[in-house]
Amino acid sequence: MVKIGVLGLQGAIREHIRSVEAAGAEGIIIKYKEQLADIDGLIIPGGESTTMRRLIDKYDFFEALVDFGKQGNPIFGTCAGLILLANDIAGQDDAHLSLMDMKVERNAFGRQRESFEAEVDIKGVADHFEAVFIRAPYIIEVGSEVEVLATYQDKIIAAKQDHYLCSAFHPELTDDHRLTEYFVKMVEK
Amino acid sequence: MSKIGTDRVKRGMAEMQKGGVIMDVVNAEQAKIAEEAGAVAVMALERVPSDIRAAGGVARMADPTIVEEVMNAVSIPVMAKARIGHIVEARVLEAMGVDYIDESEVLTPADEVYHLNKRDYTVPFVCGCRNLGEAARRIGEGTSMLRTKGEPGTGNIVEAVRHIREVNAQVRKLVNMNEDEVMTYAKELGAPYEVLLEIKENGRLPVVNFAAGGVATPADAALMMQLGADGVFVGSGIFKSDNPANFARAIVEATTHYEDYDLIAKVSKGIGTAMKGLEISTIAPEERMQDRGW
Repeated sequence: MVKIGVLGLQGAIREHIRSVEAAGAEGIIIKYKEQLADIDGLIIPGGESTTMRRLIDKYDFFEALVDFGKQGNPIFGTCAGLILLANDIAGQDDAHLSLMDMKVERNAFGRQRESFEAEVDIKGVADHFEAVFIRAPYIIEVGSEVEVLATYQDKIIAAKQDHYLCSAFHPELTDDHRLTEYFVKMVEK
Repeated sequence: MSKIGTDRVKRGMAEMQKGGVIMDVVNAEQAKIAEEAGAVAVMALERVPSDIRAAGGVARMADPTIVEEVMNAVSIPVMAKARIGHIVEARVLEAMGVDYIDESEVLTPADEVYHLNKRDYTVPFVCGCRNLGEAARRIGEGTSMLRTKGEPGTGNIVEAVRHIREVNAQVRKLVNMNEDEVMTYAKELGAPYEVLLEIKENGRLPVVNFAAGGVATPADAALMMQLGADGVFVGSGIFKSDNPANFARAIVEATTHYEDYDLIAKVSKGIGTAMKGLEISTIAPEERMQDRGW
């Protein structure tokens, strides 16, 4: 059984662990960078990206996370996790981990009252997937190495680049585990 | 075909706040300090609870100018308080686009019988609770998030501890109960039967439950997390301390690593003096905010 970590600094950690376990892998909460050595893949959960970034810096996680990705370990970022993976954030000078070649916009669908759920098709993963968007970002543009997996109203909401996967929505908030299963398969390879 | 304001979207927003600290702020400058310190959201207010307590009189929804100023200052979610049962204050805050409304006993209640029907709104709500009866009634009315009431503005954690222990003990009792005992328990608690059944089935509350009402130090925040809170609200504790930026950062760290005592010791060093606290027994019964709500 592969071991999948969920970055445990802040956000929807318990839900991702539940989803990972439903997808047939072992879920481990990662609170310290040393734990990265024990896992085969990592999920960066939804939460507040500015808060997570502060805690990543505080606990010296930054280099460790970048190295973890560059060594070829799969990483899946959802919502705030997607923002952390991008190498360009609209309206900000600096990006975070910069592991995926894409430009993203924070809170792009609006504030909480505009948050919504909708059915989307994720290419090669799942049709009619119930996607929950909460103050969600979207991807404005992607580099040539990035494959677009899903769009909603012409906005990019899921993408893959080599061993990196990201979604603007929250697959952990429903009982539909197909996207997490897809990530578990990426890790198994 | 998209749907807004569903339970999943409203409760999900609170799930994203878990493990985080939500800080009371009264202007843009404080909001920025909070965001910089790593707050997951801010609560925009006209006065923090300890000042509300000191000022007396009727406490109402904040001036929309302040709420708007805070919304423009930060990119993290902004919450604001409406009086219990004040339909129009809640609608005004919703219209302004605040991300969460606290139907709060810190403000003077507008209705001494009924809470808001929170299912009617697109914006999610957080409500206070002291026990499972209050928690289940608020869930029945459609709250998407709970918090302990504690005793706001005191800097004294004792009431928040009492409330989280009570709620969690009652949830445990319910989960271990025979199903044929649940109706009578619902009667005793004054709780909706269906909500109790759902809690029994899932083994936990269907919404997150944060700590609030008395958190003044990093150790207080970590204590509440250990007692099972999903996150922490800090009202007066930050901006009534000596050094708000230091306190804010230290409370965020202690909340993340609530079982790492070396770390809590480290972040608690030299951060200045906490807010002056209030002994609960010195508060006149009619001034106890936690008794507001029905």
